[in-house]
Amino acid sequence: MSKTIIEVENLSKKYTLGERAPYGSLREEIMQTLAFAFKRSVSRSSRLAPDDNVFWALKDVSFEVQEGEVLGIIGKNGAGKSTLLKILSRITEPSSGEIRMSGRVGSLLEVGTGFHPELTGRENIFLNGALLGMSKQEIKSKFDKIVAFAEIDKFLDTPVKRYSSGMYVRLAFAVAAHLEPEILLVDEVLAVGDAEFQKKCLGKMGDVAKDGRTVLFVSHNMAAIANLCDRCILLDSGQIHSAGIPNDVINNYLCASQQDGIQEAPGEYNLADRKNPYLQDKLIVRKIRLLNSQGIPRDTFQMGQEMTIIVDVEGMSDYRDAWIGIIFKSRDDQWLTGISTGMTCSHVDEPRQKREKAILNVPQLPFTPGSYWIGISITRGRSGRIDYVDRAAQFFVVEADVYGTGYHVSADYGVIYLNAKWEIKEVIT
Amino acid sequence: MQKNYVTVIKPSKGWISLNVKELWQFRELLYFLSWRDIKVRYKQTALGVIWSILQPLLTMVIFSVLFGRFAKVPSDGVPYPIFVYIGLLPWQYFAAVLNQSTNSLVAGKHMITKIYFPRLIMPASTSISALLDLCIASIILGVMMLYYDVTVSSGILLVPVLLVLTIVNAAGFGMWFSALNVRYRDIQYAVPFLIQIWMFVTPVIYPSSLIGERYAWILSLNPMGGVIESFRPAVLGHMPIPWISLMISATIGGMVFIGGIFYFRRVERYFADVI
Repeated sequence: MSKTIIEVENLSKKYTLGERAPYGSLREEIMQTLAFAFKRSVSRSSRLAPDDNVFWALKDVSFEVQEGEVLGIIGKNGAGKSTLLKILSRITEPSSGEIRMSGRVGSLLEVGTGFHPELTGRENIFLNGALLGMSKQEIKSKFDKIVAFAEIDKFLDTPVKRYSSGMYVRLAFAVAAHLEPEILLVDEVLAVGDAEFQKKCLGKMGDVAKDGRTVLFVSHNMAAIANLCDRCILLDSGQIHSAGIPNDVINNYLCASQQDGIQEAPGEYNLADRKNPYLQDKLIVRKIRLLNSQGIPRDTFQMGQEMTIIVDVEGMSDYRDAWIGIIFKSRDDQWLTGISTGMTCSHVDEPRQKREKAILNVPQLPFTPGSYWIGISITRGRSGRIDYVDRAAQFFVVEADVYGTGYHVSADYGVIYLNAKWEIKEVIT
Repeated sequence: MQKNYVTVIKPSKGWISLNVKELWQFRELLYFLSWRDIKVRYKQTALGVIWSILQPLLTMVIFSVLFGRFAKVPSDGVPYPIFVYIGLLPWQYFAAVLNQSTNSLVAGKHMITKIYFPRLIMPASTSISALLDLCIASIILGVMMLYYDVTVSSGILLVPVLLVLTIVNAAGFGMWFSALNVRYRDIQYAVPFLIQIWMFVTPVIYPSSLIGERYAWILSLNPMGGVIESFRPAVLGHMPIPWISLMISATIGGMVFIGGIFYFRRVERYFADVI
């Protein structure tokens, strides 16, 4: 009954690093050719072993997808999820291997691709629809549904540059959601918009799945994967780590994924031996230490205790606009909160040194007992990551008598505990 | 749509042919992108579409004063303003397409890295959207011909052919430059300069007769040379159409165009990775 609709066979994608910058200038190319012709310098390619400057974003990935199946793809940042979707949607070519797909393919790697700020909502629906592969006829027939879904009817003839970001995202998703291909590729697009809208989007995704369409869905939202998908693939360093029933694979992912660094002592992690997913030949984050109130590295803290995080960075002098961000994550990879130097206006626009340490002081840890992850993100300004450590350090929070009443606040109360005070007063009438 | 539509994705090797079937499927996108360019071009400007008349008109006035009146550049017996304006129309179209298409891929980078469509559509759409400016600016030519009491020759029937050649030239170079610009951003700095120089080796402000018959053929090696040189007799009929130089220009322009398609198709596979 079910037939194979996507067949991926030994798919690999490699990127060449270092040797050639992502894009060079003609002059560099000419100089290199000249240098090579005259054999003046030891050619860089002979100095580096081929394995050193080749990065396999995907390596020998094979899988099949049946018609009507919803396949989730999970994995850490840099595991190859997005590369896989990019190859499937023909944005980039594989280096080797083959894919066979039967049916019209629609891909949704981003909402609002090609939206032009000067054009009105109406005009952008047509433009974006055409980019996604819909015919004019098709867009016309779905136009009213798209507008209704996006809830923007009043602003249909307003340029989208005047839209609020919520309206913008709603419109963008609405167009994409009405694309009706036989195979739909979706990359993390649901992480936009407010909670209510996200719910609506997930609902729409569910409808698409119920319609018998085949969906490949990349997400960090484990709950969404578990709810929507029939099957799940876990990618790790460009290879399939495991595949199967979503809950099993998700458990695999949450358990198997260890910290990125090497623990040198409790609360002290060496991060100098890993790959930077953003700058191929450069590691900015070198080390992280978690100190308790006595300044001693520790991986266990009491609720409400002071924590000082020290991140050693190198080479930030090349990026004067760079921000250092710390992300707190729960055991199941949910972002709890994050704080960056940009948000607090520290460290921005100051002259930078070659080696620096960034110190974040958290006077009172607001978490309930459990284990937590710390991620580190280095960005240039608000966007443009240049280094990222998904799981730089792990720490444990243990119970403490935070309210001074002997009452134990456990993880059953949630992830966060409030440092707050009750007061009861009599109402005098 | 088609039920048994099978896509095979694998690394492509060597030279790839132009996938005409696919281009045809995406023809509406070509239309939408050109339409977007036109819609957006004069948004939030006070003068709006008047700009497409002002540019050639003012250039014509300045050139007429400088070259026609002061430098006394000959114009084959035609009033110099008309002479130079007929040259400027196709030239400014060509220059505009070159400028815009060179940057088209890099400017549309967010689309290239997020969605698939035949990349050829991006530079191609600029050669369509710029046609509108050309049409509007042509109205002024009609007004000028009435004013100078110059009659239209029967050679005007050749104008559509010349127009097609101009588009082929613009699109041909546009494909080369846009694809090269993905890898070498030098191109986007070189092109505006190149266009300036190029105009002076093209008979826009002077007739090729100025060069002398012995060397005039060199001008027709320039694909825009023979085309612009033929536009004038086609519209005005003041002299025979220089068929030989038109043929040479058309051949070279055609080669650039076909070469451009193949080059573009060959390198487009790495656009998303290097852009």
